[in-house]
Amino acid sequence: MNETSDLIKAYLGKKDKGKNDSPSFIKKILGNGNIGDFIFERLTLLFALLVFLLVLFMGWQMYSNSLLSIKKFGFHFLANSTWDPVSETFGALPIIFGTVVSSFLGLLIAVPLGISVAVFLSEVSPNWLEKPLSFLTELLAGIPSVIYGLWGIFVLVPWLRDIVEPFLQNEFPNSPLFQGATYGFGMLAAVIILAIMVLPIISSISRDILKSVPDSQREAAYALGATKWEVTKIVLGNAKSGLLGAIMLGLGRAIGETMAVTMVIGNSPKISSSLFDPGYTMASVLANEFTEATSDLYINALIELALVLFIITIIINILARLLVWSTERKWKLNPI
Amino acid sequence: MFENQLNNISIGQPDKIKDEKIKISINDLSSYFGKTKVIKNISLNIPEKKVVAIIGPSGCGKSTFLRSLNRMHEVVGGTITGSIYLDGEDIMKSDPVYLRRKVGMVFQKPNPFPTMSIFNNVVAGLKLNGFHNKKILSEIVEKSLRQAALWDEVKDILHRSGAEISGGQQQRLCIARTIAINPEVILMDEPASALDPISTTKIEELIFELKKEFTIVIVTHNMQQAARVSDYTAFFYVGELVEYSDTKKMFVAPGKKQTEDYITGRFG
Repeated sequence: MNETSDLIKAYLGKKDKGKNDSPSFIKKILGNGNIGDFIFERLTLLFALLVFLLVLFMGWQMYSNSLLSIKKFGFHFLANSTWDPVSETFGALPIIFGTVVSSFLGLLIAVPLGISVAVFLSEVSPNWLEKPLSFLTELLAGIPSVIYGLWGIFVLVPWLRDIVEPFLQNEFPNSPLFQGATYGFGMLAAVIILAIMVLPIISSISRDILKSVPDSQREAAYALGATKWEVTKIVLGNAKSGLLGAIMLGLGRAIGETMAVTMVIGNSPKISSSLFDPGYTMASVLANEFTEATSDLYINALIELALVLFIITIIINILARLLVWSTERKWKLNPI
Repeated sequence: MFENQLNNISIGQPDKIKDEKIKISINDLSSYFGKTKVIKNISLNIPEKKVVAIIGPSGCGKSTFLRSLNRMHEVVGGTITGSIYLDGEDIMKSDPVYLRRKVGMVFQKPNPFPTMSIFNNVVAGLKLNGFHNKKILSEIVEKSLRQAALWDEVKDILHRSGAEISGGQQQRLCIARTIAINPEVILMDEPASALDPISTTKIEELIFELKKEFTIVIVTHNMQQAARVSDYTAFFYVGELVEYSDTKKMFVAPGKKQTEDYITGRFG
């Protein structure tokens, strides 16, 4: 026993001695700290900063590589609706339109479905069903998008072309939404594909958020004589901003989605009110046209398009994070 | 035969209770979680407009028993056998939603709705019942908050979130929310155990006022509290009712050795 403690003392003495011997400038930096901690803290800080710098660098790169197009078109780049590589006129309006409309309509389908799935999983389903169902929804989120695209081409598009679109045209002959030839490929196909792809993201995040509402809230409602539906309404009210965050994350995914949309949207930069007409999205343009971009201006215009997409995605993600964070904080602030 | 049955029921019942009007009558109640029997064949009567305290060591089934009285045990997946009558009506045959409007509950931890204002917290139950007349709602808010001894503290901040006030105020808000729907019975599951001594005293004074109008069943860990607020006390031990008698008698001259040991702090 005594021997051991002597050993420890000797070891610590050695260590302290070493510290005292170190040159004064190191002591100045270290203060009373330990050299291992010092290196560890600085190293992790460096990596964290690296991620931040990478994002800044990407933004700056895109900006500096699109200067040609920014100078030539200015704000017309966002407002002009002609995207013509041959005459080197680049207006991104129809492409931004296609991106916004396909994402928005996709969400319009996916949000009610996704939140319903989340409500079922968190509030209604019995335990034995919840686990496998949650697993399956999360599995859907992990399927590579090219597979969704392939399914879109071989299953969804023929179905839309032969059954759904003729049916809609017959039923609503005067609706501006259902005009034109029924190719199958087009905005409607993109909207449905996006809805399917975004659904698992929205439902799995929403489920986590609903689960994070404390049970005491449910009990409080039950004890006031609330029905299951009324209890669910109170839970949803508690989770409001978190759910909004989940939707925003879904929106971020929909806006950035490339492969599956490119495969079914028809790839034509037109603004049309009809869902049957082909459209184009920013991500699809980039994927399709990068190999064809021969002139400097063309490349610059594509990179500017990427910059616009980059900024929109960043803004959406920041908003989503802020919303999710604000719900979490609320629960932490009021532990009782 | 019939006399025998009566005798059975009166075993372990306080003497004075014969003169009271019975609000809730519990016969041979057992409660299960899965296959575990948490409460074992408990029979007891709860008199109207009195406070009945339920004491006993942790895990003796006090809360489970309390939750059975408004079928909140179903929310956490428990089952019961035996019968519970509220004013002569079998509660297992009534709609739990209506039952809980008659038999309200206050929980151990204050659980106001943080997304609602104090005003809306108080009338949350009424709004669920489809009550929307603003004028009547404000009257009920004032009355309930006064009854819960909270009105003076919050009358100027009714629009603020129910989570922004202190823990003790939150608990009184929860009590106001419960009495706003005008129940007949209030169940309290250790309502003061998460609170500081001053808030605890306020809740106890409140219980004293509330029993003029409501029948109260309160579960508590704190024996002094049981002695202070209740008229009758039931002592539970590992799921069984050991003794049920007048609170005074229980604490001065307990009928059973087990009770005495628990009350004097020799175990539990």
